[in-house]
Amino acid sequence: MLMWEQIRANKRNSILLLVLMAAVLSFIGWIIGMAFVSDPMAGTLGIVIAIGLWIIMVIVSFAGGDQIFLAASKAVPVTKNVHPQLFNVVEEMAIAAQLPMPKVYIIVDPAPNAFATGRSPQTASIAVTAGLLGRLNRDELQGVVAHEMSHILHRDILFVTLAGVMLGTITLISHVFLRGMFYSSMGSGRRYSSRSNSGGGQAQLVLMIIALIAAILAPLMATLLYFALSRRREYLADAGGARLTRYPEGLASALEKISQNTKPLAVANKVTAPMYIANPLQEEGMKLSDMTSTHPPISERIKVLRAMAGASFADYSNAFRKATNHSTPIPASALKSDEAVDIRQAGEKKAVDVKRQSRDVGDIMWRTNGYHFLTCACGLKMKIPPNFKSDKVKCPRCGRISAVQS
Amino acid sequence: MGALIVVLVIVVVLAGFIIGLYNTLVRLRNQVANAWSQIDVQLKRRHDLIPNLIETAKGYMVHERETLEAVTNARAQAMGAKNVAESAKSEGLLGQALSKFLLTVEAYPDLKANQNFLALQEELSSTENKIAFARQAYNDQVLFFNNKIQMFPSNIVAGMFNFTKSDFFEIEDAAERDVPKVSF
Repeated sequence: MLMWEQIRANKRNSILLLVLMAAVLSFIGWIIGMAFVSDPMAGTLGIVIAIGLWIIMVIVSFAGGDQIFLAASKAVPVTKNVHPQLFNVVEEMAIAAQLPMPKVYIIVDPAPNAFATGRSPQTASIAVTAGLLGRLNRDELQGVVAHEMSHILHRDILFVTLAGVMLGTITLISHVFLRGMFYSSMGSGRRYSSRSNSGGGQAQLVLMIIALIAAILAPLMATLLYFALSRRREYLADAGGARLTRYPEGLASALEKISQNTKPLAVANKVTAPMYIANPLQEEGMKLSDMTSTHPPISERIKVLRAMAGASFADYSNAFRKATNHSTPIPASALKSDEAVDIRQAGEKKAVDVKRQSRDVGDIMWRTNGYHFLTCACGLKMKIPPNFKSDKVKCPRCGRISAVQS
Repeated sequence: MGALIVVLVIVVVLAGFIIGLYNTLVRLRNQVANAWSQIDVQLKRRHDLIPNLIETAKGYMVHERETLEAVTNARAQAMGAKNVAESAKSEGLLGQALSKFLLTVEAYPDLKANQNFLALQEELSSTENKIAFARQAYNDQVLFFNNKIQMFPSNIVAGMFNFTKSDFFEIEDAAERDVPKVSF
């Protein structure tokens, strides 16, 4: 109770990063304004437009941002019968965190990943990919869900949304400017050059070049700041997840499995990437490992989790110092008010069967899309589409008629 | 006149202080009650699941009547518990009986392949987890509330309005605490 509140309040470093991003946003607005008309008024107007755009986008994202985000990620809301275990695990973590039950979504994608969204715990949602559900055992799934639940508990989502929208605005402005420049110089190059030759053309050209460079660099800088911000929150969510489950190994081995994946998540993009538990964007054939920058290196996260002697924040902090030689990401106030927490024992371990796994992933995808399964007496498993009208179905192998319950 | 105002100010400040402490205590007591109801929901769910589970297992486990009966009896006893301490004790025994039952299940591959049984087993193990997590949350709340009642100055207000300490939901038996290791 008290401890979570302190973690929530302790956002000094995150706010600093947000302010820096706002500075980048203002600068890009100012320099583009100046590039068009070399007048301080134009620069100011540029800043106003850039900040105004950000505010509008923040309002939009607060009004329906989680819905937009879920839709952009092609997440489908599911009921308990689609995947009872996922529902149970989310419910367990909601109880442990003493939060209301979030809405549950499945992303129809074979790449393993997960994210949480929603401005407040009351409107929170947790989404996991079908690939994640197929690959992880119960303890590992619990670890991932606990990590996401910690994001909700720490109110990270609100913060990441503010920063994410700012990154989006910077990227958008730069993109529009660069595109505009590209096409105007291609289409009507003569008119453009004749204008820059007129009075004060030299200074204008310099400003234009600075603006072009800024438009290329600003998104990169904003991305770096955004990633720095999200990395801190990731470590903290790992610590929170370990404490909620009292089983750091679950999350560690889940991260290990996620990092072995070589397929990028098709529905993720640069802005949404930091929302996921592990960076969803890596190039084909490359391992999702230490190359990532949205998230702390996965191997380091695993190393810290595996070095934990207990499951409390103090244990995470000690393990962090030992494994990375960096200063701890856990606020001192949380360390002081937390009591010792023992690690619980492992649940049952299933042997890994790759063939079965990929079949499971496929089944989860079908089920998420509203199909349900019917096993004929001859053993054939039939997929019944959601718009199937008849109440009987004939088995294509043995010809037996089975009743369809809807 | 001046002295009267000073006294009045002291009385008002003191009254405000007592009201504040009183409200804190009431809020904490309600949080304890709420945390308990969370456990209670899960315990009921556990009690509801057991008959189905036993019914499904019965057909396969003909030679395990004793184990099945132990679970059924423990359940009946747990359902009759009247207070937190009693409930903690009988639920602990039920947990033991259940884990023994689930160990025995390992010897019956047919039962383990039964879809219905698998679904029930997932529900049961999830309910066990929920009980454990709800218990943790409840005990945290109780600790916080009991501390408030015993510590100065809230202990004075607690004494005045008769706030009593809440019981922890502790599982007595050490064997229950560590889940039996299942190897495959």
